[in-house]
Amino acid sequence: MTSRSDSAALEVDRTPVGRATTAFRSARRAMRRNPTMAAGIAIVVVMALFAIFAPILFTGDPSAVAPRERFTPPSTGNWFGTDNIGRDLWTRVLFGSRVSMTVGAAVAGISVLLSIVFGLLAGYYRRLDAVIMRFMDGLMAIPSVLLAMALMALLGGSVQNVIIALCVVETPRAVRIVRSSVLSIREEMFVDAAHALGVPPPRILRTHILPNTFAPLIVQASFIAASAVLVEAYLSFVGAGPPPEVPSWGNIMAEGRHYISRFVWMIVFPGIFLTLTVLGINLAGDGLRDSLDPKLRSRM
Amino acid sequence: MTGYIIRRTLSTIPVILVVALVVFAILRLAPGDPAAILAGTGGAEVDPAIVEKIRKQLGLDQPLHVQLYRYFSDLARGDLGQSLLSKHNVSDLIRARVVPTISLTIMTELFALVMAVPLGVLAAWKADSWIDRTVMVIATLGFSMPVFWLGFLMIFFFAVQLDFFPAAGYSPPSEGIGPFLHKLIMPAFATGVIIMALITRMTRATMLETLREDYVRTARAKGLGERTVLIRHALRNAALPIVTVIGLGFAALLSGLVVTESVFAVPGLGRLLLNAILARDYPIIQGTILLISGVYVIINLIIDISYAYFDPRIRY
Repeated sequence: MTSRSDSAALEVDRTPVGRATTAFRSARRAMRRNPTMAAGIAIVVVMALFAIFAPILFTGDPSAVAPRERFTPPSTGNWFGTDNIGRDLWTRVLFGSRVSMTVGAAVAGISVLLSIVFGLLAGYYRRLDAVIMRFMDGLMAIPSVLLAMALMALLGGSVQNVIIALCVVETPRAVRIVRSSVLSIREEMFVDAAHALGVPPPRILRTHILPNTFAPLIVQASFIAASAVLVEAYLSFVGAGPPPEVPSWGNIMAEGRHYISRFVWMIVFPGIFLTLTVLGINLAGDGLRDSLDPKLRSRM
Repeated sequence: MTGYIIRRTLSTIPVILVVALVVFAILRLAPGDPAAILAGTGGAEVDPAIVEKIRKQLGLDQPLHVQLYRYFSDLARGDLGQSLLSKHNVSDLIRARVVPTISLTIMTELFALVMAVPLGVLAAWKADSWIDRTVMVIATLGFSMPVFWLGFLMIFFFAVQLDFFPAAGYSPPSEGIGPFLHKLIMPAFATGVIIMALITRMTRATMLETLREDYVRTARAKGLGERTVLIRHALRNAALPIVTVIGLGFAALLSGLVVTESVFAVPGLGRLLLNAILARDYPIIQGTILLISGVYVIINLIIDISYAYFDPRIRY
C-alpha cells in the first residue's frame, strides 16, 4: 500500500520496469529537475554520515581537557581550534551532530506518529474534532520557541526532555495537516463505497484514508526535523537545553559567546554546521513537496 | 461584514482560554513537586521552608479546582502575580520593558519588508532562473540560521572589527533618538533576516500566482511597462497573502526577539523571560508567555478582519 501510493504521488513513469527501478528513476529525474533539492539531500546525507561515524573520524574524546592548549586557533592539529578549556572543537562539533541528528529524527518521527493518531480521530469523528482542534489551536498560539523554553524550565535539562518539549510544540501543526487531508478524503467516493459495504471505521481509516495523508506528512516531517534541530540549539544556547557537558552545537556556541571578541572560531564552526544542516533539511523538504505534489509548487 | 467581525472575534476566545489553560497546566503537570522544582536550580538540596513558601505563594497547596478558579479570576482582573525572587508585580515588570521590545519589533518588521518584497518580486519575475534559485536559497538560509549566531557574527564584524555599531546595549528614546536607533539597528537586522526569509518566500509564491492571471496578460498586451505590470497590477493583488504571512511571522519574530535581546543586551520582554526561565521564576514566565501569545492572537485577528475588509470576495 505504501509503495503504491508513493509511486503514484511521484510521477508516473511509462516504461514497464520493476517498481524499484521506477522509483529510482523518478527520484533521479526529480533531482535533475531540482538541483537545490539534490544539494539539500547531499548536505543531509553528509551530516548524517558525520553523526554516525563521529567516533572514527580522526577524533578523540569530545570532553578531553587540555588546559595548556586553551584557545588554540584553527590549525592542522586542531582543525577548528580549541575552546576555553582546551577541548578540540572539531571533535566536539562532530559529536554535536549526533545530538542534533538524534533530536531532529526523534522529534520528526514521534510528532508524525502522534499527529496521525490525533489527526485521524479529529478528521473522522466530528465530535472529537472540536475538542482536539481547539486544544491544538491554543498550543499553536504560543510561539514555539517560547513554549519549548517554558516546558524545559520545568522538565529540567536532558536530551530526552528536549525531545519531549519539541514534540509538544511541533505536533499541533502536523495534526492540522493530517486532519485537513482526512476531511477532504472522507468525502471521496471510495470512502462512501467502503462504508456502504459495511467496512468498520477503524479499517476504513487504516486502509483507505491513512495512506493518502502520507505525501503531505512526509514533507511536514522534514520541516519538523529542521525546526527541531534549530530550536534545540536555541534551547541549549539560553541554558534550557541538554546539560552543558553534552556537546550539542547550541551548548558549544553558548560557551563561545563569552569569548566572541577574541576567539570567534568557538562560535563560527558549530554555527556553520548547524546552519548547513537545517538548510539542507529545508531544501530537501521544499524539493520533496514540489515533486510529491505539483499542485503545491507555487506555494511558499 | 459585521457578522464576520463578531464571529471571528469570538473565535479567539477559546484559543486564548486554551493558551491560559496550557500555561496553567505546564506547571502542575511537571513531573515531581512543582514547588520544589521552582525552588531548586538543578540537583542541589533545597531548603524545605523555601519550598513551602513558594507553594503558598503560588497557591499550590490548594485543591486543583480552587487553583484554577483563582488563576482565572486573577487573570480576569489583569493580575499576573508576583515574581518569586524580586516580589515585584509581574505586570509592573512587563510594563517597564515594553518599549524596547515594541521598538525592536517595528524596526525588525521594517527591515524585513524592505528586503523581502523586492527580492520576492524579483524571484517570481525571473521564475526558475538562477536568480530565482539564488533568492530562494538565500531566503531558506535566512530561517535556517540561528538568530543568535547571526547576531554574534554581526557583533564580531561590525562592532569588534569595524567599530560601526556598539556591540550591545540600549539607550531609551528619551536620551536622544539618534543613539536609540543606532543601538537597535544590529538586533533589528539580525531578527529581521528570519522574517525576511518568510516574507520573501510568500511574496514569490503569490506573485507567481498573480502573474499568471488574465489581467496581467491584458496589462502586458496593452503595452504597459514591465515595472507598472509588476507593481501596480501584480504586487497590489498579491499584497493580502503577504500581509497574512507578516501576521503569522510574528510568532517567529517574537521568538527571535527573546534571543536577540539577550545577545545584544536590550532590556526588553525577551530578556525578562529568559532570565526568568534560568531562575525558574514561574509567575514571570507565565505572565510574559500569556502576554506574547495574546498579542500574537490579536494581531492575527486584526489581519484576518482587514483581509475581509480589503478583499470583498472573502466571506466566511
